[in-house]
Amino acid sequence: MFHLALKMLVGDRAKFFMLLGGLFFAALLMTQQCAVFFGLLSWTTSHISNIRSKVWVVEAKVEQVNELKPLRDTDVSRVRSVAGVAWAVPLYVSVLQARLADGNFKPILCVGLDSTSLVGRPATILEGRLEDIRLPNSVIIDDLALQRLKTPNGPPPKVGDIFEINDREARIVAICKSDRAFFGYPYVFTTYDQALQFAPRQRKMLSAVLAEPAPGLTPQETVDRINASVTGMKAWTEDTFYKDTIIWYFKNTGIPISFGVTIILGLIVGIAISGQTFYSFVLENLKNLGALKAMGASNFKLASMLVVQVMTVGLIGYGLGMGAASAFGAAAAQRGNPPFYLPWQLVAGVLAVILFICLAAASLAIIKVSRLEAAVVFRG
Amino acid sequence: MPPSPTTAVAAFRITKGFGSGAARTMALKGADFTAALGELQLIVGPSGCGKTTLLSIIAGTLVPDEGKVLVLGEELTQMSKGRVTDFRRRNIGFIFQQFNLIPTLTLVENASVPLLLNGVPRSKAERAANAMLEQVGLAGRGQNYPRQLSGGQQQRVAIARALVHDPRLVICDEPTSALDRETGHSVMGLLKEVARKADRSVIVVTHDPRVYDFADRIAEMEDGRVLTNQLASPETLHALHG
Ligand SMILES: Nc1ncnc2c1ncn2[C@@H]1O[C@H](COP(=O)(O)OP(=O)(O)OP(=O)(O)O)[C@@H](O)[C@H]1O
Ligand SMILES: [Mg+2]
Repeated sequence: MFHLALKMLVGDRAKFFMLLGGLFFAALLMTQQCAVFFGLLSWTTSHISNIRSKVWVVEAKVEQVNELKPLRDTDVSRVRSVAGVAWAVPLYVSVLQARLADGNFKPILCVGLDSTSLVGRPATILEGRLEDIRLPNSVIIDDLALQRLKTPNGPPPKVGDIFEINDREARIVAICKSDRAFFGYPYVFTTYDQALQFAPRQRKMLSAVLAEPAPGLTPQETVDRINASVTGMKAWTEDTFYKDTIIWYFKNTGIPISFGVTIILGLIVGIAISGQTFYSFVLENLKNLGALKAMGASNFKLASMLVVQVMTVGLIGYGLGMGAASAFGAAAAQRGNPPFYLPWQLVAGVLAVILFICLAAASLAIIKVSRLEAAVVFRG
Repeated sequence: MPPSPTTAVAAFRITKGFGSGAARTMALKGADFTAALGELQLIVGPSGCGKTTLLSIIAGTLVPDEGKVLVLGEELTQMSKGRVTDFRRRNIGFIFQQFNLIPTLTLVENASVPLLLNGVPRSKAERAANAMLEQVGLAGRGQNYPRQLSGGQQQRVAIARALVHDPRLVICDEPTSALDRETGHSVMGLLKEVARKADRSVIVVTHDPRVYDFADRIAEMEDGRVLTNQLASPETLHALHG
């Protein structure tokens, strides 16, 4: 009987495509908006994904990774001296101005790494050698910098090129891959000491201390020990720093609200269109459904036919919507924007929401059909 | 009258009202009715006298206020709603005034519905539906859609659908009123054959005097009651026509 139920629905072309369109649109809208939203959130944590360290120690009042407050140079040794820390190294992160060959200024994210250990170094070098970062005036730029540090009519920068950071010469020795930062500035890696040369002179220059747990300790245990013994600083595991940064953006910006509104809109539009269309499909077929009821189709049978109809359209609409959203994502990835992050949780979550919409749409129709008197078929 | 083996339907003192308060109308006011297997039974009477209401109660799609209904030896008025639905699905074929074929399904699919509802596998159901279409004179048209057929042909599909699961009781409300005279006659002829050949009871509600000649027995209704229910002889027919 279910194959006939499907044929009945597909046979009504206009309603079928309307229903499919509504569910497709809902799936696309929700997936795309959520993925862009997650993408934006992932941009807020780019420091953490680009500068890998199990433990971050930062100024005590810091709430998230994008607002690092300066520490004293001596704070590195204070962290080092905590029992439970295998080693600790300094990190410099700040926005500086790069001056291009044509005289234009462009903001960059300058990262200074401990020159001995190079802890926090970029994971993937696309061109050049990581070790050359130790040479004087040397920097490693990321792939985004190829666009950002390009003069309007010139070629993109390459290994061996020279530009200026705060009037000091910076020579590109390598190009690396990095995750994008929230404001869209490229990452420029150098050694800690070199970074201090580039940066305008200030009383406190250290941005953070990166630490490694002593053998046998978990990052959390190390963090607890550091927090118990040093004042004016706060240690975070990589995980909690990441999560708290995202939560911070959730709480302190309008981003979640504006995306949330779109997502809820997608949900409402989806329910409205598909519920309305399916209900009118059922109304139009009420006579036939009444005939089926007279012929002995139970309410349960009719209800399951309706559910099969709407669920089938729902799954097709979901598939198409997810496909379109992925295509959008692939195009976005090509262009580097907007940010797009489609984790499996989102894929599953949208499926659940679409199925929920389908059930909501079907339930009105089911109520209508179960109240239908089989005797109506005898009335003209 | 006690139900005998040849009695298909026996209904006693059926009452049924619609609405409430001042707007309440009594559609049936103590109607008695019987129908036998192997016969084409007509129910006739003026508009509004309660024919459709009585038919719906016999079919188990409507519950009477009072009275007792026996169909094929089982008391519908004692059954739960679910059991009545099961009973209908297995034992009753339906033919409607407006045919009620599903427009987006082929003739075979339409005609196979009662079997599918009874859990018969698709291929078997479609074979049986095709055979039944052949019997009503629509051989080879199984893959057509209802809109490609004339009204008379559509009603034949409806007959095929009503018979495909071999029910003992077939219920028809005004099966010919949407058809012209000639087509109506051929449909009635088919229904009569259906009753006689397979020992079924076919109950037809009509106020179309042109089809009275096909009846084995005619029940005459007026104002919510069955006045007479007698064998269709030239005299009774003459009385009705007159
Ligand atoms: N669902 C209903 N709600 C209210 N009144 C109804 C309903 N069904 C039938 N009636 C009333 O009950 C009475 C009998 O109706 P019924 O349809 O049984 O008559 P009928 O003999 O079939 O008439 P017709 O020849 O016009 O089809 C009529 O007065 C009708 O208006
Ligand atoms: Mg009627």
